[in-house]
Amino acid sequence: MRNKDDLYLNKIDWLTVSIYACLVIFGWFNIYAAVFDEQFPKSIFDLSINSGQQLVRIGAAFIIILLIMVADYRAFDNLAWILYILFLVLLIVTPFIGKEVNGQILSIGVGSFRIQPSEFAKFTTALALAKYMERPSFDLSQVKHQLQAVIIIMIPVILIMLQPDTGTAMVYFAFFIMLYREGMPQTYYILGLAFIAISLLALGIENNLYLVGGVFAIILLLIITGKKRIGRIVALVGIGIFTVVYIYSLDYVVSKLPEHQQNRIMVLFNPDLDPLGVGWNVTQSKIAIGSGGFWGKGYLEGTQTKFDFVPEQHTDFIFCTLGEEFGWVGSTVVLILFCTLLIRLIFLAERQKNRFSRIYGYCVVSILLFHVMVNISMTIGLFPVVGIPLPFFSYGGSSLWSFTILLFIFIKLDSHRIQLLGRMN
Amino acid sequence: MNEQRPIILSIAIILVGLIIVARLFSIQVLDDSFLKRAERNAIQRVVDHPYRGLVYDRTGKILVYNNPIFDLMVIPREFTVKDTARFCEIFQISKEHLIENYTAARKYSSVKPSPLVKQISTTDFARIQDYLIDYPGLFVMTRSVRSYPQPAAANALGYIGEISARQLERDTLKYYRQGDFVGLSGIEGYYENTLRGVKGVKYKMVNVRGVDKGPFKSGEYDTASVAGHNITSTIDLALQEYGELLMAGKRGSVVAIEPKTGEILAMISAPTYDPNLLTGAKFGSNYLLLNRDDSKPLFNRPIMAMYPPGSIFKVVQSLIGLQMGVLNPNTTLSCNRSLVACHNHPNPVNLFGAIKYSCNPYYHQAYRMMINREVSRNTFKDTEIGLNEWREKVMKFGLGGPLGIDLFNEKGGSIPSSKLYDRVYGPNRWKYSTIYSLSIGQGEMLVTPLQMANLAAIFANKGYYYTPHLIKAIDGDPTKIDIKYRTKIEVGVDSHHFDMVQDAMAEAIYGTAARAAIKDITVAGKTGTAQNPQGEDHSVFVAFAPKEDPKIAIAVYVENAGWGGRAAASTASLMIEKYIRGYITREALEEYVLVGKFM
Repeated sequence: MRNKDDLYLNKIDWLTVSIYACLVIFGWFNIYAAVFDEQFPKSIFDLSINSGQQLVRIGAAFIIILLIMVADYRAFDNLAWILYILFLVLLIVTPFIGKEVNGQILSIGVGSFRIQPSEFAKFTTALALAKYMERPSFDLSQVKHQLQAVIIIMIPVILIMLQPDTGTAMVYFAFFIMLYREGMPQTYYILGLAFIAISLLALGIENNLYLVGGVFAIILLLIITGKKRIGRIVALVGIGIFTVVYIYSLDYVVSKLPEHQQNRIMVLFNPDLDPLGVGWNVTQSKIAIGSGGFWGKGYLEGTQTKFDFVPEQHTDFIFCTLGEEFGWVGSTVVLILFCTLLIRLIFLAERQKNRFSRIYGYCVVSILLFHVMVNISMTIGLFPVVGIPLPFFSYGGSSLWSFTILLFIFIKLDSHRIQLLGRMN
Repeated sequence: MNEQRPIILSIAIILVGLIIVARLFSIQVLDDSFLKRAERNAIQRVVDHPYRGLVYDRTGKILVYNNPIFDLMVIPREFTVKDTARFCEIFQISKEHLIENYTAARKYSSVKPSPLVKQISTTDFARIQDYLIDYPGLFVMTRSVRSYPQPAAANALGYIGEISARQLERDTLKYYRQGDFVGLSGIEGYYENTLRGVKGVKYKMVNVRGVDKGPFKSGEYDTASVAGHNITSTIDLALQEYGELLMAGKRGSVVAIEPKTGEILAMISAPTYDPNLLTGAKFGSNYLLLNRDDSKPLFNRPIMAMYPPGSIFKVVQSLIGLQMGVLNPNTTLSCNRSLVACHNHPNPVNLFGAIKYSCNPYYHQAYRMMINREVSRNTFKDTEIGLNEWREKVMKFGLGGPLGIDLFNEKGGSIPSSKLYDRVYGPNRWKYSTIYSLSIGQGEMLVTPLQMANLAAIFANKGYYYTPHLIKAIDGDPTKIDIKYRTKIEVGVDSHHFDMVQDAMAEAIYGTAARAAIKDITVAGKTGTAQNPQGEDHSVFVAFAPKEDPKIAIAVYVENAGWGGRAAASTASLMIEKYIRGYITREALEEYVLVGKFM
C-alpha cells in the first residue's frame, strides 16, 4: 500500500504545482501591498483586511486541492454533464436570487459566503466539452460537429451575458483555442483574426479610405497570385465587398453600443480622451506600472496603488501593484512564470493517452491564456478594459477556487494518465 | 494535420508574452513620464512658510511683528456636534453662519479641511482651546499676519501683499509661488530678501481623494524653513509718532536725519494711514480705499514729492560761491530790487547778511558771477559752460538725482543742465537773464524733502553726508547693512567755508523764523517758500541742532501753509526739542502747530 502511495505522489506534475504555488503566494503578497496603509499598518494575516481574507481563501483552495486529489479520477468524466447542467441552472437562477452590485448580479450564496457561478461554469463547460468531444466519431471538420461544440460553449455565454457580465462571457470564446488544437478548420481562425484586425484598424484609423485601399490591394494580390478559378475569384471579390461594407458600418455599430462599452473601445486608442472618466483606469494603471521603473519602488513602497489612484487594484488591476513595486524585473518574472505554466500544460495535454484528458487540458490552457494575456494587456493599455481577474493573483474566492479546480482536475487526470490509457482509441 | 498546432500555439504564447514584456519595458524603463505623473499624483509639496523678520526702532521698540491668527478648520466627515446651541456659544458663531460654513465645507470636500470660523484672536483662541477636544474633526490652523503695535511710520515700513503676476515673472530664481506674500513697499519691500527667510518644503503623500497619508520617504527630502532676519530701523519711534501728531490734518513731509550717520530718525508723510489697515484679510478692500483717497495717503511724500527748493538753496549757492572763490565773507552787494523783488532789510549786505536776510538781489548778482566767468566771449556759450560746471557742483550736494535711500520709487528732483534750455529755447538762444531764477532756488529746479533734509545734514557736517537710510542693523549687527550707507560722501566744499554759513543760519532764525528758536539749544536754520502756482505757497524749513554738535538735521514741508517761518519752522523746532530733550517746553507753540489746519 505504502509503495503505491509513494508512486502516486511521484506521478503528480510537481513543476505545475510549484508554479501554481509561487503565483498564489506572490499574489497574496501583492494583495497585502494593495491595501497596506503606512499610517495604520496591519499584519498581512489581519482578517479585517483583504490579505487576511485571501489567506483564508488560499486555505480553502488547499482543501479543495486535497479533495480533488483524493477523489476518484473517473468521477470527473462521469459527472461532467451533471456538473455542466447544475451550473447552467445556477446561472439561470442567479439573476433572481443573487445580490446586485453595480447593476450586475454575479454572485449567489448565504451570508458572507458567496460564489460566482459564472466563474465555476468555466471548468464545468470544459468538462462537458471534453466529455462530448471524446467520442471517437466526433470530427471537427464536420460542420454539424462544429456547431454542436459551439452550442455547448454558447449556452453559458448567453446566460452570463444576461447578468450582464460581458468580460466573463468573453472568456468562453477562449475555448476556440482548444477547438483549434482539436482540428477546427484553420480558415475560420484566419478569417477571425483578419476580422479582428480590420475592426481594430477601422476603429483606430481616422480615414477609412486608406483601409479600403489596403483591402483592395490584398484581394487583388490574392487573385493574381492564386489559381485563376472563377469560383475563387468570385469568393475573394465577395469577401472584399463584404469587408468594405463592414468597415463603413462599424462606426455605426459602435455608435449603437452602450456608452460604457463604446468608451472602453475608444480609450484603447486614446486614453487621454477622457483622463478623468473612462480613461482614468487605463491612465492610472499605466502611471502605476510605468512609474515602477526597472527594479520597482520596492515592496510596500508603491504610492499609486496604495493611495487608491488605481481602481479595482486588488482584483482586476492587481498587476499594477506588481508593476509598481517590483518594476520591469518583477513583471517579467511573473510573465515568464505564466508562460512556462501554459507551455508546460500544453506539454502535459499532449502526453495524455486519452482524448478526454487532452481536450480538458487544452481547455485549461485556453482559459488561463485568455485571462492572463487579456488582463495584463488591459492594465498596460494594449486591450480594452475587460473586467476579468488575473488567475491566482487577483483577490476573490470564486476566481481563486475556480482556477484552482480547473487546474487541479487536469493535474489529477494527468497523474492517472497510465490508468486512463485503456480508453484511448 | 493537427500535429504542428501545439507548436504554433506555444509559439503564439511566447510571442504574446514577448509583446507584453516589450511594452512593459517601454513604459517602465524607456519612458520616464509615468514616474513624473505618479509623483504629481501622490506626492504633494507643502511649503513651510518661514517666520518673517521683525522690525525694531532704533531704541529697540518693536515696529512690526507677526501676529498669529487662528482659523478653526473642520473635516466634515469626522465632525459631529450634538448640542448646536452650546457649540455656537463656545465658538461665538451664529447658527446660520455655522450651517452656511459647514455646508460650504461639505461641498468642497468631506475629507479635506475647510475653515469653519476664520481669524480667531489670540484671546478667543485661549478660551476655546480646551473645548476643541470635545469636537472631533476640528482643529486649529495658525497663520500669521504683519501687525504694528503703534500705527506709525506706515510710509517707511511699507506693507506686504500677494505677489503680482509681473513680480512672479521677474523672479528668475523661481523662489516665489502664486499666492505668496512679499514686501511691496517701504522697508518690507526693499529688504524683502532679508526679512523673508527661506522657505522649507515638506513632501507628503496623498491618496486619490487628497487625504494626507504621511511624509514621503519619512521626510528624507524635507527641508525646514529658516526664519527671516530681524531689522533694526533707524527710526526713533517716539520722534516719528510725535511728528505724525504734529502733521495730523496737514499735507506735507518731515524728514529728520542724524547728520553724523545719515540715519533717518523720522520720516513723516502726511496725511498717513494706519499700517494695520494693510494686513490680513482686509488688505484688498482697504488698499482700494486708500488708493482712491483724494489726500493720497499712499503717496510717500518725503521721497516722492518734488518742490522748488526756494530760499534755502541760497545756502548752497553761498557755499559754491565761496568754494569757487567768486564770493568771500566780505563780498558786499547791493539789494537792487530792480533785478528781483526783496523785502526790507539793511542794505547793502555782505554774504553773512545775505544768508541771514535771504536777500534775493544779492544772489541774483552772485549767481551771475558764478555762471558768467567770461570763459567764452560769446555770452550764450559762456552761460552754457558756466551752468554746466555749476550744475556738477550742485549735484555733489545730493541734488538732481535720487540719493539712494533704501526705499523703492525715490524721486531725484532735477537740476537743469544746458540741454534743458537748449530744448526749450534753442541752442545759443538763452543766457543768464533766462536762468537767473535758479539763483534763489526757483525756476526749473526741484528737490524732494529727503534731499532737503540731507542738505541740512551737509550744513551740519560741514561738507559731507552719508546716504540717508532707514536701517541701522540686521540681526543686531550694524556691519551687515549695505556698505554704501556707511560710506562718507564729500560735497566738494571745504569745511571752513561752512563756519560762516552755520553762524548765519543760527542768526537767520531770529530774523525769519523766530519761532524756531529753542532756549539753551542753538538751532541753525533757514526758511523757504516753495512757490505753488495752484494756491497758497508751501511752507519749508530746514534746520540742524545743536549747532555746536549737531544731533539732528531736519526738513519740514507743510503744503499750502504759506511762508516757511510759520508752520514749518514751528514744527521743525518742536521736533528738534522732542528729539534732543525728549520733552516739550513750549506748550503754546505745540498747541499752535496742532490746531493749524492747512488742507
